[in-house]
Amino acid sequence: MHKILIVGEHDGKSLNPATAKCVSCAVTVPDAEIAIVVLGSDTAAVAAQAAALSGVKSVVRLDRAENAHPLAATFAPQVAALAADYTHVFGPSTSFGKDLMPRVAALLGVAQVSDLMAVESAYKFRRPTYAGNAIVTVEADASRKLIATVRVASFEAAAGGGSAAVETKSLSVALPAHTRYIGAKSGSTDRPDLQTASKVISGGRALGSAENFKLLFSLADKIGAAVGASRAAVDAGYAANEMQVGQTGKIISPEIYIAIGISGAIQHLTGIKDARTIVAINKDGEAPIFEVADVGLVGDLFQIVPELERLIG
Amino acid sequence: MQKILVCIKRVVDYNVRIRVKPDGSGVMLDGVKMSVNPFDEIALEEALRIKERLGNVEVVAVSIGVGETQQQLRTALAMGADRAILVQTDAAVEPLNAAQVFLALAKKENPDLIFLGKQAIDDDANQTGQMLAALWDRPQATFASKVELSDAKAQVTREVDAGLETIEVDLPAVMTVDLRLNEPRYVKLPDIMKAKKKPLDVTTLEALGVSHGVFLKAVKTEPPAQRQKGIMVKDVAELVGVLKKKGLI
Repeated sequence: MHKILIVGEHDGKSLNPATAKCVSCAVTVPDAEIAIVVLGSDTAAVAAQAAALSGVKSVVRLDRAENAHPLAATFAPQVAALAADYTHVFGPSTSFGKDLMPRVAALLGVAQVSDLMAVESAYKFRRPTYAGNAIVTVEADASRKLIATVRVASFEAAAGGGSAAVETKSLSVALPAHTRYIGAKSGSTDRPDLQTASKVISGGRALGSAENFKLLFSLADKIGAAVGASRAAVDAGYAANEMQVGQTGKIISPEIYIAIGISGAIQHLTGIKDARTIVAINKDGEAPIFEVADVGLVGDLFQIVPELERLIG
Repeated sequence: MQKILVCIKRVVDYNVRIRVKPDGSGVMLDGVKMSVNPFDEIALEEALRIKERLGNVEVVAVSIGVGETQQQLRTALAMGADRAILVQTDAAVEPLNAAQVFLALAKKENPDLIFLGKQAIDDDANQTGQMLAALWDRPQATFASKVELSDAKAQVTREVDAGLETIEVDLPAVMTVDLRLNEPRYVKLPDIMKAKKKPLDVTTLEALGVSHGVFLKAVKTEPPAQRQKGIMVKDVAELVGVLKKKGLI
């Protein structure tokens, strides 16, 4: 029997969908019992959401004032202490999980499998390296605890309808005072979240300016899509950092990805390979983006995008 | 602020299109151009800017790897690091092992700050900095896009999925850097000449008291699944037709 603990990601109000994707990954481990831990100052609401995920046996609440913000230095010793009761600890491969999980692994003196994309057996997994250009199968020692981050783009979110038991625990773990949360600035919009949106429209350097990105926002709002950007567009200041899609930005798996004026550098393609349908619009018919696109259209984006918006209506 | 350690990894150059070996034992590295991991260049640049701002700060570039890694450390010295240390080994070193090595160096060197790139572009693991911070029992500020130092503290703005987050950490601390922290300088020829005279010490895992460990066994390496070749449409009307038929819009 494998006991898998998933570290739930949330903002205090709602559970991040990345957690439900970790559950879908965990259920593919043979003979597994799945628990979710949520850390916060008051996790009642998110614990209830976690308990409703299908396939989850139990939910552990770790509520204390110090957990109000997700600081890795604060969370890691608590997760490491709780890990004593489990064989596996999974977290999402989001900025939250990437920050936290290696610290947990090191406290436990074990390695971490990053960006787990497929489970071959309880201790054998597939993961991407070299910007997704080499997929490595790695095997870990079954006698040691297994820590992993789950590549959320590789898994569908677990369904609801579950009714796991919720338990509040208090661990006597000393927490460091050397790291303090100051604040956050989110580029929040009314648009869907880029990481979890089913439709994504992305722009590249060919947009030419931040002003021109409004073309994409307008189209996105018409079809209910999130807006992303290539690294080139972000570097040029046309789009905000958190919009970057690719090896070092967000790895996403929408139903439809519309790449506009994006040539398709390897590092960008890494971030979109799991999209169900890729549409590419580019004036250069030789652009590498067309090699991965399901539907391609060669032409001037400044004519195509407004026309697309009109015809969709 | 007296000393900053910058951890550097030798990796396949960013522009190389890597190929998987037909026997599945790894990727082809023979004759492939190797460089400093791009994120580590940003880490070094940040350390150098702090040194230039505050003066009297020693910047030490450290790396683990084969003998040829001296080339990447010479690049770091040419960029402006004061000295370098290579922990030489032919064995592949996993992130946990690397963190153990850097911990041993941290205990020897007692730096105020350790900078690393947030990930290496070969294994894409994104672990070493966090693991080092845990083993060292010090704060971590990962994915840094802005670093402000004051006395024995630092305020770090971090790139997170939702936008930007700011934390404050006591020094010494470990920081891993993101793309937009700075733009690394170009190395000029006179600097390359000067770098040849800077000290580069070579040591070993054994000398540091760290044993080599294999934690994850690489069983097989494969190229990724290819996407099916798609179709080209001639105009927007046809595009909209295809997407509507697929039920996507």
